[in-house]
Amino acid sequence: MAPEEKNASFYYELFKSTFVISAFTVGGGMVLIPLMKAKFVDEYGWINEKEALDLAAIAQSMPGVMACNASIMLGYRMAGLPGALTTLLATILPPLIFLTVISYFYEAFAANPYIRMVLKGMQCGATAIIINVVLQLLTKEIKRRLILPLLILSGTFIASSVFQADLMYCIAVDALIGLMFMRSSRYS
Amino acid sequence: MIYLQLYLEFCKIGLVCVGGGYASMPLIQNVVVDTYHWMTISEFIDIFTISQMTPGPVGINAATFCGSKVAGVPGSILATMGFVSPALIICIIVMFLLKKYGEITSIKAILSGLRPAVTALMSVAAISFITLALWDSDHIPQDTLDIDLKAAIILVIAYILVRKKMSVIRLLILSGIMGLISGILFQ
Repeated sequence: MAPEEKNASFYYELFKSTFVISAFTVGGGMVLIPLMKAKFVDEYGWINEKEALDLAAIAQSMPGVMACNASIMLGYRMAGLPGALTTLLATILPPLIFLTVISYFYEAFAANPYIRMVLKGMQCGATAIIINVVLQLLTKEIKRRLILPLLILSGTFIASSVFQADLMYCIAVDALIGLMFMRSSRYS
Repeated sequence: MIYLQLYLEFCKIGLVCVGGGYASMPLIQNVVVDTYHWMTISEFIDIFTISQMTPGPVGINAATFCGSKVAGVPGSILATMGFVSPALIICIIVMFLLKKYGEITSIKAILSGLRPAVTALMSVAAISFITLALWDSDHIPQDTLDIDLKAAIILVIAYILVRKKMSVIRLLILSGIMGLISGILFQ
């Protein structure tokens, strides 16, 4: 759990981690979440895995940009309102700075081969982290040997990847399945 | 009062844009291109191109770019602040409700249903990332063997380092350096 004593170095660490994750990852919220999980759940243990997944699910089903929603909620969960403001600021600052600068010389930026090489490398690094987080979660889910969650998992995966189903519908259906059939405590 | 207008208009966009990314594109376009002429349609499409290679959600990128064009740096800050203000308020309300009612069986059951779904959606994102890294495409192409060898090697090294519990930030920086070096060496 997050340390009881919320001193300056805690906020500095929270800000720095979120800032770097936001600065170096290209892609939506589903990319940000595994990276934040790797950092805050696996490295620091400030929040547990179940909570992180719950918040991701809620962030996905709310209006607004998922990446912002997720970082606000994770920050709030770890350190209340100051935490939420810290993570939100750290999430929006990198695009704010990049875009303000880039808006002045976009052409030169997009054509620079060295920038492309660095971005490509970072893309591979982020992919490795995401693969690792996903494999961890999948192994855990399979080891629980519960039919219903595995059906939801594979059903949502197929609906989203093969049939390109709208995410909002997937979330709604899964929530309904949960509400109707997963009230037993072994699922939580 | 252009600053107030920027803030309020992006507040509205932030409040109603559901689904993110491409889903919010027509909505943002309607406000910034059609209604206020803050940018041209081709500039607007450029924002999406930029979003492919820079961090940040499309909405934030559009807000920043518009604000910067219309009213300089203060404009970009205000537009972005406007865009995230509704999210901040809504999220904190939701977190408060969750704390209060989170122990109710129905809420717990819904969350139990959603947790595997998040894992599934992350798997989908992971696969699209792999294809983007290895084939520079959002799906596995016909010519499956035509992979980017440099990217594949960096990916494997990065994965080994992740398994060895290297810190996320160090790993991302190191991957960027590997990308630069391999790019220069094997052009």
